[in-house]
Amino acid sequence: MLERIAKIFKEYKADDDLIITEDTTFSDLALDSLDTVELIMNLEDEFGVTIEMNPSIQSIKDLMTILEKTQ
Amino acid sequence: MSIQILSIGKAVPEQVISNHRLSTFLDTNDEWITTRTGIKSRYIATEETLVSLCEEAVMKALHQAKLASKDIDLILCSTLCGDYLLPSLSCCILERLHISCPAFDINAACSGFIYALDVADTYISTGKATNVLIVCAEMLSKLVDWKDRSTCVLFGDGAAACMITKGTALQYLKLTATGNTQALYLPFGNGNNPFKPKKETGYINMQGQEVFKFAVSMIENQTDLALQTLHMIPDDIDYYVLHQANKRIIESARNRLNQPEEKFPVNIERYGNISSVSIPILLDEMMENGRIQKGTKLLLSAFGAGFTTGTCVMIWE
Repeated sequence: MLERIAKIFKEYKADDDLIITEDTTFSDLALDSLDTVELIMNLEDEFGVTIEMNPSIQSIKDLMTILEKTQ
Repeated sequence: MSIQILSIGKAVPEQVISNHRLSTFLDTNDEWITTRTGIKSRYIATEETLVSLCEEAVMKALHQAKLASKDIDLILCSTLCGDYLLPSLSCCILERLHISCPAFDINAACSGFIYALDVADTYISTGKATNVLIVCAEMLSKLVDWKDRSTCVLFGDGAAACMITKGTALQYLKLTATGNTQALYLPFGNGNNPFKPKKETGYINMQGQEVFKFAVSMIENQTDLALQTLHMIPDDIDYYVLHQANKRIIESARNRLNQPEEKFPVNIERYGNISSVSIPILLDEMMENGRIQKGTKLLLSAFGAGFTTGTCVMIWE
């Protein structure tokens, strides 16, 4: 799952060298609130799920937890 | 489908408020607003009333259409709130025009222009009207909280008037609405009713992330549906004229539709979000600068509080 999430983030940031770990936060990646929405929509397409917007989603770990619950 | 847009007129307040001006009394700055919204300035009413802006826009539309006010069979106003709650803004315009015809307001929030086109199409196709005047007008500056930096920077004031008449331009029109009172709303108070708990009228509240997500997915889905229905592909459309709520919504939708930037005209940097006024003002500018010609294929798409959506396809006459 981490690999698929990392692929989405690398594509969005247009940076193949981007390092994404479970502990990476959105602020580490200089993402604002609207970047987050676009990334979540891209993850919805990738994983075929619907993710409710929630301001508490702030890291890769948060995303993995939600994706594990919704899949 | 039996209508065409014969002419458009617009009117905006004189006062232009820049992001820098806002930063003199709000904890914000030009870089923050521009990066997140694409907005650089907006028109904010000071001396103007909404009906005065409407009158100016209507006169321009009538002049361009070579019609007189007596030729109008129906006035439809798209507005959240006119100068008065009662009478309707449409009736206030009637008074200025010194004419008499059916007139009413509709509130479909930012989708109001497409909703009004649908009503006009019904009136014209059933023979109940020949010339319908649609006026979209908003003074959002009186509905936002000027102490809330997350919302007041987004909105502006203005009016646009369109003369609609019989034609074959409209190829497709679809409206939708879902019940959502939490993502974007303006609470209305209880007045001084002694039998209800006191509740003040509030200001526009918005959950920005939820609105953004709804808008982008709606534009993508409704565009797909429109094009499938018409047996067209995205490349067939010359211009995607989207509600100007946030430049990043437009860019995100464009990326999902995989279409070039020049097909998505934008003027939000000068107007901010003026609700249902945004699309007709953008169309007016496109007509002025020659981007719209006879035969130009346009897809118009709007989304608003409710959530409402309206999408239509036109081949300009």
